[in-house]
Amino acid sequence: MKPFTVHKGIAAPMDRANIDTDMIIPKQFLKSIKRSGFGPNLFDELRYLDEGQPDADNSGRPLNPDFVLNQPRYQGASVLLARENFGCGSSREHAPWALEDFGFRAIIAPSYADIFFNNSFKNGLLPIVLDDATVDRLFKAVAANEGYELTIDLAQQKVITPDGEEIPFEVDAFRKHCLLNGLDDIGLTLQDADDIRAYEQNRRQQAPWLFGA
Amino acid sequence: MAGKTLYDKLWEQHVVKERDDGTALIYIDRQLLHEVTSPQAFEGLRIAGRKPWRLDANLATPDHNVPTTSAERESGIAGIQDPVSRIQVKTLDENCDEFGITEFKMADKRQGIVHVVGPEQGATLPGMTVVCGDSHTATHGAFAALAHGIGTSEVEHVLATQCLIQRKMKNLLIRVDGELGAGITGKDVVLHIIGVIGTAGGNGTAMEFGGSAIRSLSMEARMTMCNMAIEAGARVGMVGFDDITSEYVKGRPYAPKGEQWEMALAAWKDLVSDDDAVFDKVVEIRAEDIKPQVTWGTSPEMVTTIDGTVPTLADAADEVQRSGFERAYQYMGLTPGQKITDIKLDRVFIGSCTNSRIEDLRAAADVAKGRKVAGSVKQALVVPGSGLVKAQAEAEGLDKVFIEAGFEWREPGCSMCLAMNADKLGSGEHCASTSNRNFEGRQGYGGRTHLVSPAMAAAAAIAGHFVDVREL
Ligand code: SF4
Repeated sequence: MKPFTVHKGIAAPMDRANIDTDMIIPKQFLKSIKRSGFGPNLFDELRYLDEGQPDADNSGRPLNPDFVLNQPRYQGASVLLARENFGCGSSREHAPWALEDFGFRAIIAPSYADIFFNNSFKNGLLPIVLDDATVDRLFKAVAANEGYELTIDLAQQKVITPDGEEIPFEVDAFRKHCLLNGLDDIGLTLQDADDIRAYEQNRRQQAPWLFGA
Repeated sequence: MAGKTLYDKLWEQHVVKERDDGTALIYIDRQLLHEVTSPQAFEGLRIAGRKPWRLDANLATPDHNVPTTSAERESGIAGIQDPVSRIQVKTLDENCDEFGITEFKMADKRQGIVHVVGPEQGATLPGMTVVCGDSHTATHGAFAALAHGIGTSEVEHVLATQCLIQRKMKNLLIRVDGELGAGITGKDVVLHIIGVIGTAGGNGTAMEFGGSAIRSLSMEARMTMCNMAIEAGARVGMVGFDDITSEYVKGRPYAPKGEQWEMALAAWKDLVSDDDAVFDKVVEIRAEDIKPQVTWGTSPEMVTTIDGTVPTLADAADEVQRSGFERAYQYMGLTPGQKITDIKLDRVFIGSCTNSRIEDLRAAADVAKGRKVAGSVKQALVVPGSGLVKAQAEAEGLDKVFIEAGFEWREPGCSMCLAMNADKLGSGEHCASTSNRNFEGRQGYGGRTHLVSPAMAAAAAIAGHFVDVREL
């Protein structure tokens, strides 16, 4: 997992409440054998005018010009501004995979669906909770200023606007530690690698038949 | 101090580290891999630039998606008709080759359903922790092993660290004492148990099967029972070690040999619950009460006996069960009070990780011998659990018995258990199946599954409706 320390990037507004996991990545893409490459199908039904198919080339598909991420001013966006209950629906981990693969590193919203919130941390995507009024203010600022960039300083737990305003946010200490150090569940367990080796050595002596060629 | 249960012992032997939050890092001795739940795990390793922690702890084989007709099998992977299935099988091959994991590929004699292959190879051994990205991994607990299904991200976690983060479960003992009647199999015993305790009866527990009736069962029958522990809500099913276990394991390719065999045997003798072990819950069942079982509904707990009837709404314990019954009558096309022997079958499936081992095929062939599948039955399939089971059955002439009786004799795989390949039920069709799940649509859209033992399935194929195998 990529560590998350300080990130600066263009903010894109998804001005709609209850964005569910089916909107984030429609179910036909779950058949894939991959966990990468979902970026081109992020928000597929909103983003394109035709129906997306798994493993198909997306480059020639007709884009929906009204969809926010298709607008030139939001190209390269890496911070997603969203409304309440973002990520509701199924438990599919494909949703954070798709957002991450597209290039998002952080989301700012008043609230999230629980499983999505957890899955995001596991995949190096930072979901930030800010109150309704602040989120609303950011939506207005983004609309008014082309190329509006936000800086997210995880260590300081601050969102910093282009004019220098610092907005503090809360984050669970353990999750913060994992993100700052790029530790996913596996990375965490591997911190105990010495214990695992010691156990293994002992077991090899007691039950050598379990250790084959 | 009170004694320990088998589960307590297995757990303690595998704790690498206890964590503050009540979870523990548990060491995994064996991981079995198949094509459906492993691709994203391998890709995760690749993305993170990680390697498997211990190659020799892993064993892979494709099963869920492989075709079971010899015509489709002959042309190899390219011959798999369904594109998603083809890609999954191909990806497993590529991943195992790339990472250096032993795989019994589709054309290998040893290929088969993971839960049949592991024990058959001696890759499942007493005292092991065994995991696989499949809920029926509970099967391997029959060997006094701690075995359970895991999700894809856990598959990746085990590949990368050889460990899993777990929370200890409660101890549940199902004690079956007495003598089983003639013609009563492990399948009947476990279906009866699920009927008694319900599909949530084992929630949050490690379920051990004990008692004199279990001690008399073969390894095949014990595997059938542990396989279905998950249908009773338990992630883990187990049977303590005894001579029947060691007899089965001895001489298998991955089993210890010579001096190590003696050493292993000494260690395995302790893999039983102590006499004074304390279980959180004990359920007692009398073996004499068990008759041949048939499920009538859409959950394994909707089960009754061959001489029984579809229950009426008055039999439902509460409102929830009542509405479950109503929905099941409709889906299954049955009426309350209807006799089980009046249910006509369109198809019959003998196979799956529950009942596709040699003993199962022998029991079914015994019934089929010299008889004919009823004309009203559209298809009766026999799908051996592995290439080796198939070869053994053919050496015993069982394939001929089946073919002469009008059954189709197939190549090994999961087949009609979950209908991921071409073997499926049509909508509204009734099937006598030796598999483990009778959920709506499990064996094909609109399909109606009745779970039974292999002998009962074969008898139903011959009669065209359910019959008591003891009266044949
Ligand atoms: S036979 Fe059925 S239950 Fe067993 S592993 Fe295959 S699909 Fe799963």
